[in-house]
Amino acid sequence: MDCIKSFRDVKIRPALIQLLNLGILICSALVLWKGLMCMTACESPVVVVLTGSMEPGFRRGDILFLHMNKEPIRAGEIVVYNVDGRDIPIVHRVIKVHERKDTGEIDILTKGDNNPVDDISLYSGGQLWLNRHHIIGRAKGYLPYVGYLTIIMTETPMIKYALIGVMALLVMTTKE
Amino acid sequence: MHSAVQRANALVTIAAILLAALCTAASFLDSFNSPSVQAHVEVVKINRFKRQLDGNDEVKMTLNISMNLESIFTWNTKQVFVFLAAEYETEKNSLNQVSLWDHIVQEKERASFRVKVPTKYPLIDQGSNLRGKKIGLVLHWHVMPKSGRMIRDKMPLSYLSLPNSYTTKS
Repeated sequence: MDCIKSFRDVKIRPALIQLLNLGILICSALVLWKGLMCMTACESPVVVVLTGSMEPGFRRGDILFLHMNKEPIRAGEIVVYNVDGRDIPIVHRVIKVHERKDTGEIDILTKGDNNPVDDISLYSGGQLWLNRHHIIGRAKGYLPYVGYLTIIMTETPMIKYALIGVMALLVMTTKE
Repeated sequence: MHSAVQRANALVTIAAILLAALCTAASFLDSFNSPSVQAHVEVVKINRFKRQLDGNDEVKMTLNISMNLESIFTWNTKQVFVFLAAEYETEKNSLNQVSLWDHIVQEKERASFRVKVPTKYPLIDQGSNLRGKKIGLVLHWHVMPKSGRMIRDKMPLSYLSLPNSYTTKS
């Protein structure tokens, strides 16, 4: 009886504390992300550049910090937009803006700096302009290379699982 | 004592914090730079002015552009994206912005130049409002950093007065 009691005292409590720590870690990451979402009013405040269409400014694996506000969108800005029927958002520059006088509605044409032609062929069939609701963020800040890890992880899931495994193992085994 | 994992952890953490601090500082120092851009543009010739089949006005021209962007460059500047936009108001639209020509400058040594170029993108209106229109030519630049905040600015340069009738048959 005594033996079992001491086993409980020693093993289960630290394990629970370890689990609690892990929980706090995950929660604080979530709070950080959601807080950023609130502050920037963007569904995804940070995006990873996936293609070379904005080279040499942005390369594959660079990350962009987005912001969304009521300010009108103007030519020259780099925006992230979603087209109906495409699930991967695109990061390109605005080259044309037409703003309606009565409604304030806006027609936007975008183009990648490194692309020879504008984006009309990327829009969904027959669509000539982007409107306000297609835009999910405006690029404000830039950091190179940081996003490359996520690209590697999404392209080879094995690495992702290995990394998660190692991290879980570390969390389990390290002591305070 | 500290295990290898703990040491590696401390090393990576400090490296990450230092890098983040450096990037922030580099970007922050950019705000002390107040550039003075000199630029000049003139329309050499209107090559085409017509109404397209879909009813939109189209203008193509040749431009003489000169500028000096050297003062924009700091040690955190990766490149400057510079473009010339036509800006005007129509009955339907409170603002029309159409990019006519753009250029990427990556080195300070090449930031002062003069070119004679045809418009890279034609000026196409939403409708046919361009006859006799006075159009503003505005130079915009977008400073893209090695890391940190991106900066946009602009400068109105001159006006283009389009003729009262089309010069090309559609």
